[in-house]
Amino acid sequence: MSPKTLYDKIWDAHVADQSEDGTCLLYIDRHLVHEVTSPQAFEGLRMTGRTVRAPDKTIAVPDHNVPTTLDRANAETMTGDSRVQVDALDKNAKDFGIHYYPVSDVRQGIVHIVGPEQGWTLPGMTVVCGDSHTATHGAFGALAHGIGTSEVEHVLATQTLIQKKSKNMKVEITGKLNPGVTAKDITMSVIGKTGTAGGTGYVIEYFGSAITDLSMEGRMTVCNMSIEGGARAGIIAPDATTYAYCKGRPHAPKGVEWDKAQAWWETLFSDEDAHWDLVVTMKAEDIAPSVTWGTSPEDVLPITSMVPAPESFTGGKVDAVKRALDYMGLTAGQKLTDIKIDTVFIGSCTNGRIEDLRAAAEILKGKKVKDGMRAMVVPGSGLVRAQAEEEGLADIFKDAGFEWRMAGCSMCLAMNPDQLAEGERCASTSNRNFEGRQGYKGRTHLVSPVMAAAAAITGKLTDVRDMM
Amino acid sequence: MEKFSTLSGIAAPMPLVNIDTDMIIPKMFLKTIARSGLGVNLFDEMRFDRQGNEIADFVLNKPAYREASVLVVGDNFGCGSSREHAPWAIADFGIRCIISTSFADIFYNNCFKNGILPIVLPENQRDALMKDSEKGANARIEIDLEAQTVTSSDGDVYTFEVDSFKKHCLMNGLDDIGLTMEKVASIDTYEAQLSVDRPWV
Repeated sequence: MSPKTLYDKIWDAHVADQSEDGTCLLYIDRHLVHEVTSPQAFEGLRMTGRTVRAPDKTIAVPDHNVPTTLDRANAETMTGDSRVQVDALDKNAKDFGIHYYPVSDVRQGIVHIVGPEQGWTLPGMTVVCGDSHTATHGAFGALAHGIGTSEVEHVLATQTLIQKKSKNMKVEITGKLNPGVTAKDITMSVIGKTGTAGGTGYVIEYFGSAITDLSMEGRMTVCNMSIEGGARAGIIAPDATTYAYCKGRPHAPKGVEWDKAQAWWETLFSDEDAHWDLVVTMKAEDIAPSVTWGTSPEDVLPITSMVPAPESFTGGKVDAVKRALDYMGLTAGQKLTDIKIDTVFIGSCTNGRIEDLRAAAEILKGKKVKDGMRAMVVPGSGLVRAQAEEEGLADIFKDAGFEWRMAGCSMCLAMNPDQLAEGERCASTSNRNFEGRQGYKGRTHLVSPVMAAAAAITGKLTDVRDMM
Repeated sequence: MEKFSTLSGIAAPMPLVNIDTDMIIPKMFLKTIARSGLGVNLFDEMRFDRQGNEIADFVLNKPAYREASVLVVGDNFGCGSSREHAPWAIADFGIRCIISTSFADIFYNNCFKNGILPIVLPENQRDALMKDSEKGANARIEIDLEAQTVTSSDGDVYTFEVDSFKKHCLMNGLDDIGLTMEKVASIDTYEAQLSVDRPWV
């Protein structure tokens, strides 16, 4: 047998049908659903008299639109179109008999945090969702990617996707991360190197000691932003860390079935001489705490740098950088550590897990948010929130002056009331610094949770290593 | 889905690189539960000021490009969010073809589900068509999907690649789900084996 990559192996295990031209029907093991990209798909099923083929493999949770204020249980808190979408998901989940975590359920949260937390996401699975950050689940050695609403309908109706295979890309991070440098800095640095289209057409597998040293939370952060690098998916081979995380979760296999599952999972790695279409290598020691300065996730630099000049770029990027600096209100040559911040947002499917909150709290312990700043923590799920309260992290955040919110996507995409005002500048642990992403004319600097905590204390972008 | 065979239309130039789906259709318009009617919100924050007035120098507000049916765009168009509202808004505005050097993966696939043809060309050819499109309403670009060609207003012909299955579906306006349903026996067989091989799924 010819050597295979991990992606090859998972792909081969899921082909339900293959046409002569290589187009495949790929079987989908888990379909995650949220309120924003699914209503039209369910409506499509109703109009054609179709049904959900595998409701037991379909899991829904509202996250994008939901308010994160403590009073959200009141019916009046969520109004208008947001209410219509969440009500539609309530109804669709009930009508089609799919697993559902409503807003009132403590397990509710961001779909990409709930899936792993509940043991729905397991190694070797195919996982899709009408959301680009489905890449997150690749941390488990699952083939996971975002799809459009037409494809959501296709998966609901057939439990398959029409797919052609992507190419294989290997990203290796050798060595060991320095203190103050996190999984977020790895993924941002990779995108800074390869660009937002660098991964287009590829599935990335992450290798190297700096990757295998990461917890599952850190691995999820790395895989999550693979989509920002343009890749269809990011993936990390399962190992003892993965099994330890999965074991005992509500929907993970148990007993003999677990043993059978693990025996198969242990075959899921890239063969020694597997073919790679592209290889990128970085040293962990070369990665610094990173921050974005522009309006694309590729606009990333170490915190010790200065805002670059448009002339230092080539091609279409020159005009894009001019536009970005104008939008961001920055001047070439300005030190990144001189940029003043109005708001700090800690949360999202990138950095809303317990480890992220622990890391930020460690920096904030006994400190105060700078006067006049707005700072909020939005845990990724109700269970993350509960655990953080139990560990005393919530008190650290509250004592420091952070708002302690309910779970949801919140200011990552600002579909709910958590938004930046015009011109407001935010250090954010989310994943996209696009124009208007966090609010009309809002300005986003992507950072890790510890860097966000440091910025909250000083009121400007700050090298967290100076506070450790 | 609307069929696509040939198109002759005005092309609007948008040279900016990395135009993301948040730009194409900002988040506040994602609260709909319908697919239709999003054309008025296409490129909202670039196209309108906060009072809802048109921003005069935005390309699709210029008299020459108001009827554009083709976009010639910068690299990596459609990156970011998977929202299919982006191609819904583009199609609803009346645009049926987008030409670039590269598209983000999910957006590219979403286009084919909505009767839009995304064409990838080498940089020099895309740049030539960008220049062509800057001539305004008198310069029409012709697209022939069957022949896989784009013809500029000066008669320069460029050929492009497209996946044969996607082409077939687009040319015939086929419903993917209907096609897959014809293979339901394969899915049944796969599922039966799945319950033996990986019962925990």
